[in-house]
Amino acid sequence: MKYLPLLLANLTRRKVRTILTVGSFAVALFLFGLLYTIRASFNQGIEAAGADRLVVINKVSLIQPLPLAYRDRIQRTPGIKEVTYANWFGGVYQDEKNFFAQFAVDHSTWRAMYPEFLLSEKEWSDFSASRTACIAGEFTAKRFGWKVGDRIPVRGVIYPGAWEFDLVGIYKGARPQDDTSQFWFRWDYLQENGPPWTKGYVGWYVARMNAGEDMAALASKLDESFANSTWETRTQSEQFFMASFVKQMGNIEFLMVTIGSVVFFTLLLVTGNSMAMSVRERTGELAVLKAVGFTDTFVLGLVMTESLLIAVVGGGLGILAAKAFTVFGGDPTGGLLPVFYLSMVGIVSGLVATVLVGVAAGLLPALSARRLQVVQAFRRL
Amino acid sequence: MALPLVYNIESVRTRWRTTIVAVLGIAGSVGVFIAMLALAFGFKAALVSSGSKDNAMIRRAGATSEMDSVVTLEDVRALEDAQEVARGSSGPLVSPEMVVVANLPLKATGTDANVQVRGVSPRALEVHRGVKLIEGEFFKPSMFQLVVGKYAVKTYAGMGLGRTLRFGGSDWTIVGVMDTGGSAFDSEIWCDSNLLAPVYQRPLNIFQSATVRLTSESALGPLQDRAKGDPRLQVQVERETAYYEKASSMLTNLILGLGTLVATIMGVGAVFAALNTMYAAVAERSREIATIRALGFSETAVIVAFLFEALLIAAAGGVIGCIGALPLNGITTGTMNFQTFSHMSFAFRVTPGLLGFGMIFALLMGVLGGLPPAWRASRLPITVALRDL
Amino acid sequence: MVKIGSNGSSSSLVVARDVSKTYHRGSEDLHVLQGINLQIDAGDFVAFMGPSGSGKTTLLNLLGGLDVPSTGSIIVAGDEITRLSGPRLTQWRARHVGFIFQMYNLLPVLSAFRNVELPLLLTSLSSDERRKRVETALRVVNLQERMNHKPGELSGGQQQRVAIARAIVADPTFLLCDEPTGDLDRKSADEILELLELLVRDFKKTVLMVTHDPRAAERAHATLHLDKGLLTQ
Repeated sequence: MKYLPLLLANLTRRKVRTILTVGSFAVALFLFGLLYTIRASFNQGIEAAGADRLVVINKVSLIQPLPLAYRDRIQRTPGIKEVTYANWFGGVYQDEKNFFAQFAVDHSTWRAMYPEFLLSEKEWSDFSASRTACIAGEFTAKRFGWKVGDRIPVRGVIYPGAWEFDLVGIYKGARPQDDTSQFWFRWDYLQENGPPWTKGYVGWYVARMNAGEDMAALASKLDESFANSTWETRTQSEQFFMASFVKQMGNIEFLMVTIGSVVFFTLLLVTGNSMAMSVRERTGELAVLKAVGFTDTFVLGLVMTESLLIAVVGGGLGILAAKAFTVFGGDPTGGLLPVFYLSMVGIVSGLVATVLVGVAAGLLPALSARRLQVVQAFRRL
Repeated sequence: MALPLVYNIESVRTRWRTTIVAVLGIAGSVGVFIAMLALAFGFKAALVSSGSKDNAMIRRAGATSEMDSVVTLEDVRALEDAQEVARGSSGPLVSPEMVVVANLPLKATGTDANVQVRGVSPRALEVHRGVKLIEGEFFKPSMFQLVVGKYAVKTYAGMGLGRTLRFGGSDWTIVGVMDTGGSAFDSEIWCDSNLLAPVYQRPLNIFQSATVRLTSESALGPLQDRAKGDPRLQVQVERETAYYEKASSMLTNLILGLGTLVATIMGVGAVFAALNTMYAAVAERSREIATIRALGFSETAVIVAFLFEALLIAAAGGVIGCIGALPLNGITTGTMNFQTFSHMSFAFRVTPGLLGFGMIFALLMGVLGGLPPAWRASRLPITVALRDL
Repeated sequence: MVKIGSNGSSSSLVVARDVSKTYHRGSEDLHVLQGINLQIDAGDFVAFMGPSGSGKTTLLNLLGGLDVPSTGSIIVAGDEITRLSGPRLTQWRARHVGFIFQMYNLLPVLSAFRNVELPLLLTSLSSDERRKRVETALRVVNLQERMNHKPGELSGGQQQRVAIARAIVADPTFLLCDEPTGDLDRKSADEILELLELLVRDFKKTVLMVTHDPRAAERAHATLHLDKGLLTQ
């Protein structure tokens, strides 16, 4: 690139201004990356949801249980491949602030339903072998410094008492968006030691349907079969179930989009203004270039390239910083957003946005540079 | 010894085109800052206002929320006669309550939401001050009737007065709408606890909490002592406002944490914009500055002048940001409070204090963005700048 | 009376002894002024002439306290300004020097009145007293009807007259003019020079003027030539 010295000379002419403009880009793209991550974090449940899994809850309310007897009926329904179940334990580990999801699960069917949660054979067999066993996800284990072999005390609230479990495994997620903050222990252990009114009831069922089935129809059929009983059901795809939680979180996405727009609009102004200022100052030099014989288009290209260079360097730094923040800093809320991850899609989106803003910001000044008349410019001096 | 204010004001006015970038940058940051704080404090205010200082909430000892607490009728009876409990026309002002979550579709999206349903005693209105019926009437005991909060009407489908709601195998008629001043109750549905219990397979006479009107705010201590001293009782007695304060902490902290992070980052960007603008101003006016110094104005006078201009720009941005955020006040939004596991509507709350904070934030950005360029302006070598055509 | 060389006569207003100024540009040294010795009395009208780069402006800046010499001393009205520190020098300048520049150097955002008022803000005069002086100064330069106009609304000659009003409003010890007519047409230039002559003749001002224009130099009492940093009569 023989024009590189010319390009760099123009950019380093006012070093402070170039640095500030690059900095503005970096800041804006860092924010973009952060917002993208937060949005993904809220939607994480939906993204991680299994495409072929259904969730069956009590129709009246999520907090109402379903009888264990339903398991066989659901399993026998045509179109259903396998079934598992779990209860929400909702206990407290040391302090109420240390929130993480605790489930009592059926150890014989849980693994097959959730292949995305990875454990060694030994860890799964240890879980099956011991009634007091428990498994924790990587995120939670790291948060509290747990190691396999630790005894984990949890104060039961819904199921009162001082419960203790032996940690036999720490699971990882197969994909970055998988939730590794959960805590599982054995449902049969809960049944043994829970209060009498909880015996024989599960919190919810998860069922996998056979490939090629019509999920909506299957869901309706299941609900129909339990209609008009004491325990009516509500069956939804796991995605839909997760989505309803997110929708209840309300206008988070809207808020993010609004902020994002405000940021980009401001950024456009800042960089556009910066470019315009530097073009205005350089009228004489640009006129000389034209007098020497460089074309109008060349000058336009020069200004555009400068703008893009600033944008790409700044934007690249910003996105990189955002990625670094999610990797090294992690969840800024301390446990409420366990999946805090900037995906490739997010990174690419950021870079595309950067380029677009760089082009938009440089456009007006570049056009005015192109239009510059040599004679007028010299007279202005 | 100072340069006239009119110099700064006129300079900013003349160069408004370039300063507008910095102004808008700061305005944006301030607006976002105020909006996020208004969201967090609105949520907190809604919950805290659900309680009264002279009400106490009785829950099982060790329960973390209303949901996982159990209070029996015997517990309630044991405390009813305490001298710290106020009395109304119909007896001691005690309302035993159960709280559950029901599946109802959101009006906006049609998807399900978890709605908080509260089974109360017919005396509830007397105990919970601040609950006013704005439409219809309170439910009659043992009737399948509902009183819904004013936000619940707006948020969930099919909630108008006179409409029927089917859940738990029965049809319930909505007979009243209540206004509780924007508190959590405005998102709730109330009904007779005796009818609610069977729907949720709960035995009668088992509740989750009891709200008690104290004879005075200071009666809380004695009541707590009495409860501790009674061997029959395993309960915790807490001031209602304190309970709600705790119940909101997780989500409030989440919003505050994220909001502050976002606003700070935006603030950094705004400072960059201000720096750019002010540095450009200094460069453009280098001959002016040199003249002023030649005339005999000190370096300090120059710094003060440019800092003042930066603050003027920042203040303008702050005001615009505040004006931009102001319409948010009162706008209702909703979210899921994971501590109560139910959906709750609340309003943005933009207070004068918040606006003040926003202005301070703006001025801070002005100082950060104005000081380095002002410093540079004062250090300009006079003779060089005078010669610089 | 203007003399090159100085014998320490205390009646002189401005005395420069062995003044030189060297700039260091990278590895090179530029000797702009070398061994300047000078005496100027009160009421003198002196012109400095010389080719570009001869150091005329540099000498003016030194005499006016805008810059400090590399060697030598400068005494103005008894004050050895080369011994004054930065802030003290600034204060001295405000009190003693009136500057007139080729490019007028008015503040474009302020009206003529406000521009002329600027030096008075460094004093402790009340707002009424300041107004009186400003009006007087503008009357001297014959621009009182235009005092509320901004520089952008005035012609080159008018702007220079405002600059002169600003230079005299605080009653300084002497006026330093750097190419005051350089940017003006013949007619306006003559008006400005007439004004300077008036200030010297009727108001007993001391004026030091750097100029290219021989016709401007004619108006002065004496002309000194600078060439390669050295002064000749």
